[in-house]
Amino acid sequence: MADVTNRDIDYVAPAEVEEEELYHAHSWITKYVFSQDAKVIAIQYSLTAIAIGLVGLVLSWLMRLQLGFPDYFSFIDAEHYYQFITMHGMIMVVYLLTALFLGGFGNYFIPLMVGARDMVFPYVNMLSFWIYLIAVLVLVASFFVEGGPTGAGWTLYPPQTILSGTPGSDGGIVLMLVSLALFIVGFTMGGLNYVVTVLQGRTRGMTMMRLPLTVWGIFIATILALLAFPALFVGAIMMLFDKLLGTSFFMPAIVELGEQLSYGGGSPLLFQHLFWFFGHPEVYIVALPAFGIVSDLISVHARKNIFGYRMMVWALVAIGGLSFIVWAHHMYVSGMNPYFGFFFATTTLIIAIPTALKVYNWVLTLWQGDIHLTLPMLFALAFIVTFVNGGITGLFLGNVVVDVPLSDTMFVVAHFHMVMGVAPLLVIFGSIYHWYPKITGRMLNEGMGQFHFWVTFLGAYAIFFPMHYLGFLGVPRRYYEIGETMFVPDSAQTLSAFITVMTLIVGFSQVVFLFNLVWSLFHGEKADPNPWRATTLEWQTPETPPGHGNFGKALPIVYRWAYDYSVPGAKEDFIPQNMPPSKVSGKKKTKPRRAKRK
Amino acid sequence: MAQSATDAPPDGLEGFVADWSSDQRAFKNVPWGKAMMWIFLLSDTFIFSCFLLSYMTVRSSTKVDWPNTSEVFGLDVGGVSVPLLLIAIMTFILISSSGTMAMAVNAGYARKRKLTAALLVVTALLGASFVGMQAFEWTKLIHEGVRPWGNPMGAPQFGSSFFMITGFHGFHVSVGVLFLFIVAFKVARGDYDLGRKGFFTSRPGNYGIVESLGLYWHFVDLVWVFIFAFFYLW
Repeated sequence: MADVTNRDIDYVAPAEVEEEELYHAHSWITKYVFSQDAKVIAIQYSLTAIAIGLVGLVLSWLMRLQLGFPDYFSFIDAEHYYQFITMHGMIMVVYLLTALFLGGFGNYFIPLMVGARDMVFPYVNMLSFWIYLIAVLVLVASFFVEGGPTGAGWTLYPPQTILSGTPGSDGGIVLMLVSLALFIVGFTMGGLNYVVTVLQGRTRGMTMMRLPLTVWGIFIATILALLAFPALFVGAIMMLFDKLLGTSFFMPAIVELGEQLSYGGGSPLLFQHLFWFFGHPEVYIVALPAFGIVSDLISVHARKNIFGYRMMVWALVAIGGLSFIVWAHHMYVSGMNPYFGFFFATTTLIIAIPTALKVYNWVLTLWQGDIHLTLPMLFALAFIVTFVNGGITGLFLGNVVVDVPLSDTMFVVAHFHMVMGVAPLLVIFGSIYHWYPKITGRMLNEGMGQFHFWVTFLGAYAIFFPMHYLGFLGVPRRYYEIGETMFVPDSAQTLSAFITVMTLIVGFSQVVFLFNLVWSLFHGEKADPNPWRATTLEWQTPETPPGHGNFGKALPIVYRWAYDYSVPGAKEDFIPQNMPPSKVSGKKKTKPRRAKRK
Repeated sequence: MAQSATDAPPDGLEGFVADWSSDQRAFKNVPWGKAMMWIFLLSDTFIFSCFLLSYMTVRSSTKVDWPNTSEVFGLDVGGVSVPLLLIAIMTFILISSSGTMAMAVNAGYARKRKLTAALLVVTALLGASFVGMQAFEWTKLIHEGVRPWGNPMGAPQFGSSFFMITGFHGFHVSVGVLFLFIVAFKVARGDYDLGRKGFFTSRPGNYGIVESLGLYWHFVDLVWVFIFAFFYLW
């Protein structure tokens, strides 16, 4: 059985596979544009995701301007408002977070952290990015077609999605569905690479139970994505047929503008099931990489091994498995069989167990640690509190009786932004501050970083905390304007205006962050190859940034898990994963001995 | 852990645990391409399952009667309508092609270059004839007035599901046929004996791809069995 720490054993099994043959770029185009190097692909993925994410950010400003100051901005009419919320949701969830965590971080860190030269199939990996780029371009194109992008809400529920009353029901929805299908095809190409690289491409000595939790999080999330995206793919194809061919998969017999349409006999609920069979795992596709990465950030910056490594791994696996049997908790008010609600509420609440386990382990890792309040650590701490906040409101919404009155109110918006919007984004920021020195060779500017952190963290609370209250008041989500409503006090509007102002401020601090990324590239302080004194393999590369093939002549050999921090007797407070036991030179060092075997 | 090379790998559950707790590879002696194909097929299984479950859902949600499949899929032979005749032949051909594929994989293991290539071509031809017969079946149904949005025999969802599911499966078979021809050509040319580098990937291929392709082909056959059962027999 795998010994997690395994400090004393010098023996490492011989290599089982010969070295991967890499494609060596011989022109600028094959090196930086059509590159097969996972690190370049990762940066291409990240930049594309950030660019489309900026569009999503601007859309959120526009929608908040309408909510905070209704009737003030003449260029935002009801149709545009619905298009803004739809595109904001879809862009942020799929094209930003999923692409950045899996396509960006996955590509960069999986090969480096498992000690591989590259992904197992670099060519397929390259195709993955280009298809993703096409998907993004198709999505962007929908802004420019007649009628604009779809305004059906990111859940795209039929029948309203393809009826003519919904904005963008001509070209917009078609392009959206095509773009999603392309995204899934592209993602599958990358996802297969990530999974096979983790399973079959590790270096000598790197057992599954020595993988950094970052890799575990991305690995499990990729498996979820490979099994959850098919449902969306099928839903998208069937809806395309309903729209373009006049089939009735999702369309019941329906009257539009006093006219009986030719549809009939389809099941709108079927789409909701397909969508949420994708949609719920999608939440964890975004959350699990964040869980994994934040575990590493906390461990490195608290100079302590992660508490309960194995349980952290099994919690990831358990959350991943459970996420497939909870989807209908998004559908309590859909009219499905009420007995389903009982089942799905139970499974939903069970997820709280492995999730709470993770939170306890993060906190116990911090306990008596040597906490360095660096930027990555600040973001990691912010993540923990934000995630706990969002998780607790999840318990409200997971229970049928509490969910029914709260459904479709601002409370839901507050919940999912806290738990799968802000929390994963905080981890993304934290990890960019953490790994930027490895990727570029320079440190990010600390002052701008502090400004970015405090404005983002406090600002996010200023935005989303009041939304819970608005939700309790009964302020509905997705309403262009509520006007004068009996049960909503006038002061709700003041609060809404406050939220809008905070949104603009937080948005501005993201611009500062982006400026910092560019500025530091040229003027940042030169970074040490291992500035945080971390143990994982990506910090042990001979070059910074890592060169083609990652590890120079010989692949590293791994002797230990990723969390040997502050080990008593070691000469430094961290022991890299590839440091042989004989070089640790601790006073208490025992002689290398063979593992006990039956 | 730390198991030296001389030890025989343990069997059963212990072996499973030993493999998963070992370094480098979780599936010992499984090439990358084969592992990737298995995981892809798992993902594809979810796609076909979603298609079939959706078909069952709309079949029960529609209020119009479902067409009688043994009549619709019948074939006139000498004035007598024989139910499922064409489908029986198509199924027979596709299952047979799985047999020739298995033989091709076996020949590939034995590094019999010409035999492998020949069996791959036979498999591809059987697959192509399956697609051809599917095109014939589509033509017949279209002549009888079956369209994705409606048909004269009953529920409109019949045509929609039929064209979508058999179309998606037929697409899989067609892609398989295409790759069978490509790989047969590369085997025949000796690419995998000489270690010639791929045009796109710049990496030398090997006979492992025959086995990966075989996995795909058997999967497509297996899916057909489910489509056959749920669509034609129900």
